Amino acid sequence: MEIISVRNLKKVYENIVAVDDISFCVEEGEVFGLLGPNGAGKTSTINMLTGLARPTGGKITIAGIDAIKNIKKVQGIIGVVPDENNLYDEMNGFDNLCFCGSLYGMSGEEREKKAAELLEQFNLTAAGQRPFRTYSKGMKRKLTIAAGIMHNPRMLFLDEPTTGIDVESARKIRELILNLKKQGKTILLTTHYIEEAERICDRIAIIVNGKIVKTGTVAELMASVKAEYKLKLVLGSSIVEIKAELEEKFPCCRVEIPDKNTCLLIAGERINLSPVFQLLDRKGIPVYEAKEIQPSFEDVFVKITGLARSLK
Amino acid sequence: MIAFTAFRSILQKDVNTYYLKPPNISWGIIFPLSWTLMQYIRSQGSLEIIELLPGLMAMSVLFGTTSMLAVTITFERRSRSFDRLLLAPISLSTLILAKLAGAVVFGMVNAFIPVVFAAFLAELGGINWAAVTIAVFLIAATSALMGLLIAVSAREVFEAQTFSNFFRFPMLFLCGLFIPLESLPRFLRPLAFCLPLTYGTDVLNGAIGNHSLFTANFNFLMMLLLGALLFYLCLCSIKRKWIL
Repeated sequence: MEIISVRNLKKVYENIVAVDDISFCVEEGEVFGLLGPNGAGKTSTINMLTGLARPTGGKITIAGIDAIKNIKKVQGIIGVVPDENNLYDEMNGFDNLCFCGSLYGMSGEEREKKAAELLEQFNLTAAGQRPFRTYSKGMKRKLTIAAGIMHNPRMLFLDEPTTGIDVESARKIRELILNLKKQGKTILLTTHYIEEAERICDRIAIIVNGKIVKTGTVAELMASVKAEYKLKLVLGSSIVEIKAELEEKFPCCRVEIPDKNTCLLIAGERINLSPVFQLLDRKGIPVYEAKEIQPSFEDVFVKITGLARSLK
Repeated sequence: MIAFTAFRSILQKDVNTYYLKPPNISWGIIFPLSWTLMQYIRSQGSLEIIELLPGLMAMSVLFGTTSMLAVTITFERRSRSFDRLLLAPISLSTLILAKLAGAVVFGMVNAFIPVVFAAFLAELGGINWAAVTIAVFLIAATSALMGLLIAVSAREVFEAQTFSNFFRFPMLFLCGLFIPLESLPRFLRPLAFCLPLTYGTDVLNGAIGNHSLFTANFNFLMMLLLGALLFYLCLCSIKRKWIL
């Protein structure tokens, strides 16, 4: 079931087009990622979805509610974790969570119980009575996420959840996000980390210069880019001397020699290896290893965003 | 119910986080106390403390509320914790009223410090306390709204402080505290009548010193009208400048 629907959304700040006519939808219970480089328009999009910015044009529907006309109604069912930790430095972790709960009308007893539960879930119980300013970056990030789900929202908007924190804390936060997904929460997150999007998102929209250039699952995105087949051969002796002959015999292939015993055959379609092996055998060059090299999601991302830039 | 719970929490948080901090308590006590002593010593006994009281109360409340609200909101905007309030499912009016409430309470407490001091030196039995309390509340509310308008325009805490003084000092000289309104140059008088502080000071003069230009009810009405106008301006400015 579609829970977030964005149609032709646009945001212009003075003369700068931050978000340029984007459309996408998010299904209930999925983790949807907006992946793009810095300044691509991810935060502007989240700000418009959550009521921190007013769209210049377009339509946003969240859980069937027009989010532009009734943003306060929407804010009651969503949780937001901004790109910067914005809790109160002077207050301790427990009080910060209780305060956030109170903004959503939770009773005193209810919010104290929930705050204690979340501190335990996020391994922050020991730090719960310490002022927020004394927390490490990773702890601050975790508490900010906890504050976002304090009122048990149906949807969670996470803006760059792991930016600026160490690898271990980032890994824990990714686990937390996947746990929230297991609990049935719908999550929309922005990130510029390709690996993060690949690992935790069910679907990804790649956004560049305010435009969504591709949307789909990781597999769909990878398939969408015209593939190049790349074959790596590890040989027993140098192939430099027969490079020209190889290219002549197999005109559909490009031959690259990264080092004298390794050869890369690159083609637009699958490469039939038998004639290649026969030629090498005739030349007395033993083949120790043959491996097809799959493009990584990063290659695909670079290709998609590169294509988008060249289109501009 | 959500609005009430959120209102109470924001007020409680502001009081604990800002207004009950030692530097602010000392500011709240030292500022009115030093103004009282300064005016009392300067008058060399020619003025009774009771004659100074309306001006001292008005100044204490004006300085207490405008500076605190402008600075705390600018600070929260800088640290982006204010976004958390904007993201809450409460109306902007509830949010503004909650932020104002803390500043109003702080300003009212400030206003009564000269009264405590004066109680040791003069007989305060003849004062109309009901009118004084309402006037102090309305001065505090309108001054806090001015502080909020300043906060909307300021990006940095120091800007908020500078803007505050830009408004506060001219207001002090125009509201009839130091120069009686009838002695003001004719072209400045319309400006004086646009200031809520003018009407607040007039109520205090009437309730404490028995000399006022207008009736208390007229002054209250003017303060309510100007307060409503300021509230509306604050709402519009916040929507325009903070929800981009």
